[in-house]
Amino acid sequence: MQLIASGFWRRLRDRLAIGVPALLALLPGQRAAAAVLPEERADTLYHLYDGGGQTVQGPALLVRKNFAERVSVTGGYYVDRISGASIDVVTNASKYTEERTEYSAGAELLHRDTSLSISYTDSDENDYQAQTLRIGVSQDLFQSRTTVALGYSSGRDDVGRVHTPFSEKANRDVYSLSLTQVINPTFLGNFAYEITADDGYLQNPYRSARVQGGTVPEIYPGTRTGHALSARLVKSWSESWSTRLEGRYYHDTWEVDAFNIGIGATHRLPRGWIVDASYRFYVQGAASFYSDDFDQPMNFMARDKELASFTGHTLGAKLTLPLARWDSGHVINGIDLSTAGYFMRLQYRDFTDVRDGDDYSFNAVIAQAFLTIRY
Amino acid sequence: MKIVVSSLLLAVLLSGCAEFAYKPVMPYERERLADPLMSLSRDPVSDTHLQHVQETREGARGGAGTGGGGCGCN
Repeated sequence: MQLIASGFWRRLRDRLAIGVPALLALLPGQRAAAAVLPEERADTLYHLYDGGGQTVQGPALLVRKNFAERVSVTGGYYVDRISGASIDVVTNASKYTEERTEYSAGAELLHRDTSLSISYTDSDENDYQAQTLRIGVSQDLFQSRTTVALGYSSGRDDVGRVHTPFSEKANRDVYSLSLTQVINPTFLGNFAYEITADDGYLQNPYRSARVQGGTVPEIYPGTRTGHALSARLVKSWSESWSTRLEGRYYHDTWEVDAFNIGIGATHRLPRGWIVDASYRFYVQGAASFYSDDFDQPMNFMARDKELASFTGHTLGAKLTLPLARWDSGHVINGIDLSTAGYFMRLQYRDFTDVRDGDDYSFNAVIAQAFLTIRY
Repeated sequence: MKIVVSSLLLAVLLSGCAEFAYKPVMPYERERLADPLMSLSRDPVSDTHLQHVQETREGARGGAGTGGGGCGCN
């Protein structure tokens, strides 16, 4: 008994000898600088989505430049050119074409192991404008084995309806907490919790609900609070192989429950080519006020297929080719060309295709081609 | 007494977690961690687009590191 007890106290002493200094390291000013700014690079991308009767395509640009190893600034440009007619439009309105343009700018300040960030995004389309401000702080701990990050974003949306004076507003706040942990030199984990709090006009002014087969305007609650808990794990098996696993659980006050899980593998070929393969499964339960066809009018009514019960499968592949490499003395260090393709299938359990009376489902193809310049 | 035992257990638990996190990863052991193959988001612009496609078609939001910016889905 005495031996067991002495063993216990020895282990306790050893643990405290390592752990207490580790806890003290949480205090400011205890550690030397080790964090680094994100990589300097410029990406120009062309994207395409084609599925469910809708085509969305356009360019995107993201540039990051660092100064004095303490400040990093980013600028982004993104366009969605939307054409065609989704199932909602086929049954409620005519085909349309529109364009969404998004500009973003951000800055990050690094001081020792602490990073402060701020960014602003402006999104504009003919019937929807959105401005989002994000701030964040992250702290590296335990010789950069652990990174804790806190974030907050505030979004203000103006919702319109083309060719009408209709105008409503929505506020979207997001609070996030994440922990990135180096589990060992070949194993990395990221765990995040995010709260989304929306209020205002949260529905789509074009969409209708159905009551006994007839169409009526949708009516949504004026608030929605969601909780997302996610985890991502990356494991390196050799200098040329890594695999990843990710999952997320989501629940909100509209009683939408969702879960997704994804797996992926990355392989570096002898010429420096990098090949990725991935699969993602998504399953969702319907919102409490969703119905394909209501028996009677209710206080809240929705027939948005995004709030229905459905499953999704996404299978993807990506290839990255290093086009050129230069020594560090040059202005540009390297240029990569990447292409990616994804096949997505969504199957709805309680959303009827009114054209044929069957449960609705559709396939979509997502394609990307992008050039990366590192400097 | 309960408070003392609880505090002791908490200290052991926290120190155990801290020990796990605190064990140094030496600079020469960080080669793999710095490899793009281990990046949580190797191509941000590509990941942002894919997440935007998913978020505009799914009811769940958040937890993926992106958000805001309108929907392009009306």
